[in-house]
Amino acid sequence: METAMAPQAQSATPAGSKSPPPPAPAGRARSHRTAVPWWFVLPALAFFAFAVLVPSARGAVYSFTDWDGLARSFSFVGLEQYRALFADENARDALVHTLLIAFAVTIVQNAVGLLLALGVNSRIKSRNVLRVFFFAPAVITPVVTAYLWKYLYSPEGAVNAAFEALGLGFLAQNWLGDSDIALWSVVAVIVWQFAGYSMVIFLAGLQSIPKEIYEASDMDGAGPVRRFWHIVRPMLAPAFTINLMLSLVGGLKLFDQVWVMTQGGPGGATDTLSTVIYREAFQFNAFAYSTAMAVVLTLFVIVLSGVQYGYLGRQEKRNS
Amino acid sequence: MKRYTWRTGVLEAVMIAAALAFAFPVYVLLVQALRPKEVTGASPLSPPAAPTLDNFAEAWQQASLGPAIVNSTLVTVVSVVLLVVFSSLAAYPIARSTRGWSRAVFALFMLGLLLPFQLALIPLYQTMRDLGLLGNPVALIIYYTGLQMPFSVFLYTGFLRSLDRGYEEAAMMDGAGPVRTFFNVVLPLLRPITGTVVILNVIFVWNDFLTPLLYLSGSGSQTIPVALFGFVGQYVSQWPLVFAGLIIGSVPVLTVYFAMQKRVIQGFAGGLKG
Repeated sequence: METAMAPQAQSATPAGSKSPPPPAPAGRARSHRTAVPWWFVLPALAFFAFAVLVPSARGAVYSFTDWDGLARSFSFVGLEQYRALFADENARDALVHTLLIAFAVTIVQNAVGLLLALGVNSRIKSRNVLRVFFFAPAVITPVVTAYLWKYLYSPEGAVNAAFEALGLGFLAQNWLGDSDIALWSVVAVIVWQFAGYSMVIFLAGLQSIPKEIYEASDMDGAGPVRRFWHIVRPMLAPAFTINLMLSLVGGLKLFDQVWVMTQGGPGGATDTLSTVIYREAFQFNAFAYSTAMAVVLTLFVIVLSGVQYGYLGRQEKRNS
Repeated sequence: MKRYTWRTGVLEAVMIAAALAFAFPVYVLLVQALRPKEVTGASPLSPPAAPTLDNFAEAWQQASLGPAIVNSTLVTVVSVVLLVVFSSLAAYPIARSTRGWSRAVFALFMLGLLLPFQLALIPLYQTMRDLGLLGNPVALIIYYTGLQMPFSVFLYTGFLRSLDRGYEEAAMMDGAGPVRTFFNVVLPLLRPITGTVVILNVIFVWNDFLTPLLYLSGSGSQTIPVALFGFVGQYVSQWPLVFAGLIIGSVPVLTVYFAMQKRVIQGFAGGLKG
């Protein structure tokens, strides 16, 4: 068996036959022998190019045309679609909603996630059960949680009933039907579903802090708040980076929950770039316009995550 | 170490209260699903007087959840197997070579982490339509394998870079070719990160909604989220029936989660450290 494989090993390292100085330093001889064939990347690259790279590039090109998705031919119209987009009040509103959702989710989800992580990282007896529990919503299908909340939020639904049962009936609202609060109702669902996800990442960060550091700060007489701010927070910097990036990008791309709960309503109050892209493309056949909007979304994702990553990277460096 | 003080007790009470608030929607879900359809006007909070499982039987039939579970399983298993094999295979030379092409390929994959799927959504839909693949689970398998490739390559590359080369070098010395070295020596050593790749991709593929909605709706091979979406559209306001369907649709993924919660949580927390 071994001898049968030998010729293959040789043919796969042609560089080795070119310059094999017998008394070569060990490091170099080794690197020749372990050269891994470059074609190993081909299957992955083929799938990736077919499903992501090529269609993304085509999407960017279509955004400069007047293509309707059906016609065989189309012509280039320059920045016409982008001009139409920024003149369209609905599209501008959708952009603002997308940013509001992304920022609100990023801040609230991580604040809740961090509090939960600090809570289950303590000496409480239920910490292991609670951790499993808080994370559970994150694995449930978003379509399911969205329908569940659509019912909970309905005027005679469970949220209002719970407020009444607690004697807080004055807080009852038409959560998804009132255009002033529908957007924030959607944000609350995302926070409920994914706060446990942030918690899990913060918890991994908290558990990587050596116990001696806590003990030393106890000796110094630092209270819990000061200890968190001066000792724990800087050491959580990598967890902050991951969490803030994930929730920002996730918030910008959000579609499933919005589509199931409100379809962008009432009156466009919860329309995001994603819901408008979907509606323009698949209900109105405005394919080119829709791809222009997708390009705008892409630019926002790249620029905002780039800015955030740069900022968090500097914070991490300062702390270390 | 410190003991369990009264402050710990207060914290414990607060955390349990928070857990109850988190669980409130699930309680409502169960209460509604167990309520006989005929009972109307009952408070959404009170448990049903005569709980019934009829809703589950009817939802199972009406939403064709049986075939949907089969389809979801097929799409998820095939996509994730392809992802594991091809992304680890690609990460191997990327992690081991320091040449320009290797860095360029890695950068290309990382670009894929940033591109939102909305950009590729419409042209890819058109391609699948032209290939006659709409309504065919194969279209979804190709889509997920390509879409999740960058993240999987990223995880494997990070792990491989910190992996000791001794074993693979020994195998090569023994005359094993690169293909055999990879599958017999390297891939088994990647087990910890493979667990993470499998968990994250299974949950993503199983739960994904928009693309299966576009590719499969109206066909006989819907995945669970699409089947539930169509089912609820048909039976709006019959909440007991709808909720029974939602519960059935969530059972597979929740069973896996609770059966191996430690691995799942580790996967989510650990995989993202890179």
